[in-house]
Amino acid sequence: MKRKQKLTNALVFTVLLIGALIMIIPFLWMISTAFKSVNELNTWPPSFIPKHFNFDNFTKVFQAAPFHLYFLNSVKMAVLSSLAIVFTSLISGYIFAKYRYFGLAFLFAVILATAIVPFEIYMIPLYLEMQKLDLLNKFGGLVLPYLVLSFGIFFIRQNVVQQIPDEVMEAARIDGLSDWGIFFKIVIPLMIGPMSALGIFAFIEAWNAFTWPLLVVGDQSKFTMELGLAVFQSSFTVDMTMISAASLISIIPILAVYLLLRRHIIESISMTGGK
Amino acid sequence: MEKVRRKPRLKSGHWFVILALAPIIILYAVLRFIPIVQTMYISFFEWDLISAHKPFVWLDNFKELFSSDTFIQSIRNTSLIAFGVLIFSVPFAVIIAAMLDRGVRFKSWFESLYFLPYIMPMVPVAVAWRWILDSNHGLLNYFLSFFGVPAQAWLIDTNLAIFSVVMLTVWKMVGYNMIIFLVGMKGISKENYEAASIDGATGIKAFWHITLPLLKPITVFVSTVTLIQGYNVFSQVYILASDIQGAPGHLVRVLVYDMIESGFRFYKMGYAAAEAVILFLIVLVLTALQLMLLRDKKTSRKGMKR
Repeated sequence: MKRKQKLTNALVFTVLLIGALIMIIPFLWMISTAFKSVNELNTWPPSFIPKHFNFDNFTKVFQAAPFHLYFLNSVKMAVLSSLAIVFTSLISGYIFAKYRYFGLAFLFAVILATAIVPFEIYMIPLYLEMQKLDLLNKFGGLVLPYLVLSFGIFFIRQNVVQQIPDEVMEAARIDGLSDWGIFFKIVIPLMIGPMSALGIFAFIEAWNAFTWPLLVVGDQSKFTMELGLAVFQSSFTVDMTMISAASLISIIPILAVYLLLRRHIIESISMTGGK
Repeated sequence: MEKVRRKPRLKSGHWFVILALAPIIILYAVLRFIPIVQTMYISFFEWDLISAHKPFVWLDNFKELFSSDTFIQSIRNTSLIAFGVLIFSVPFAVIIAAMLDRGVRFKSWFESLYFLPYIMPMVPVAVAWRWILDSNHGLLNYFLSFFGVPAQAWLIDTNLAIFSVVMLTVWKMVGYNMIIFLVGMKGISKENYEAASIDGATGIKAFWHITLPLLKPITVFVSTVTLIQGYNVFSQVYILASDIQGAPGHLVRVLVYDMIESGFRFYKMGYAAAEAVILFLIVLVLTALQLMLLRDKKTSRKGMKR
């Protein structure tokens, strides 16, 4: 029986290891290719570790296309989106958790209902709105749809309900704090954890955005990293080593955030299933 | 819903809610509510984005849709991809989650590695996959050559290209599904297994007779999310199959691609909106199905950790 147990353990471990390898091979391959020279690119059989590490690709990429601008645009978009989503979700999530005025429950239900509607369904009217507001091909038009997030409101509401008892608020009220005072002095300090989890989630979402930038941005200097990379890889004049170098640059911020905070990220994303 | 008792100073509370919530609700209205309703409204018109002439055509756009070969082709391809992703990613996710849940060395490392593709941006990973699937220099064909499989034209042959999209999407989604299953498995109390082990059900038997039935609500949720995401497939197709996307046969044309092309290349806004409405209907049907399947199994949900 014990031997059988050991055998099963070893088998499970091996299967998981093979699976994990499949998960990271595309990344390893991307890294390997990014450091290859063009000559080594077409050798057969393919080499896994480049014979000569070629760092030139990373400088050549910035000469071939303004990736520094793309990167900056993506950072700007992701940071602004993240801050805005944290702020809008915090205040409305708190109100939906703690206030019982007429219509609030209905509003919350409507917001939750729109959460199931994928972006692709309303992107055409959204585009037309941006056109009317003269925001096409501008940073404003790019970032505007990323300022609110239904999941964020739900997430904060859930956390307020669980972590801030009514007694705390009553006590603060007796101490003479106003509604605004309670929000700023009691709620915000208690919600730092969920706020940062949501902020990271929103940052990743905005960084990974592709379809919307593709629709609204036409001017190369306003491309995001995702859009810039998509256009770059379709050009016939660049080879796979440079494309891989550019790909690597585009995933580095997400990779860094993930390496630092993977437990928090996994936990907050697993909340999306807790609905 | 939690009971909240507060009555003092109704007036200031009202002002707080109105002032704080109004800007957010306005944003929501502009960015979500109005566009969703407008999608349906626009789908009844024929409009080229520029001209002032905008005739109301009632259901003509929908009639045109269903007589269009490219639309039928894209619905077919999108469904193949959505269900293809479903039948691979959900069983894989359950199996991986079950293996992790029974306890294994480096568990949290495995969890992190399997989850990694899910949070990565689609464009760079699709680019990497495209290179792996390359028919001349690709890693996959190299690997398959050890088993005597001749080189395949992964991204050029229609069926293989659809399969490639499925493969990439499964690879990217499986970590998310796994995490949700893991949360569900953690929620199943040990007592269930103890009781079963007295009856001789352990290991795979226990998994089959206890874990899987108790996971039904989670499976329904994960399947719905996977199908909805599958029907919205776009970025990976755009990158993987961009060579063949515009080809005469519209080989791997998917719904969102067709919608964007109708709207932003041919300026048929009403027609594109009608396609969005079809996508909306698909999402609604899937969601309704999910709610229906979950309703009779409400009890098994209580074990879930939130």
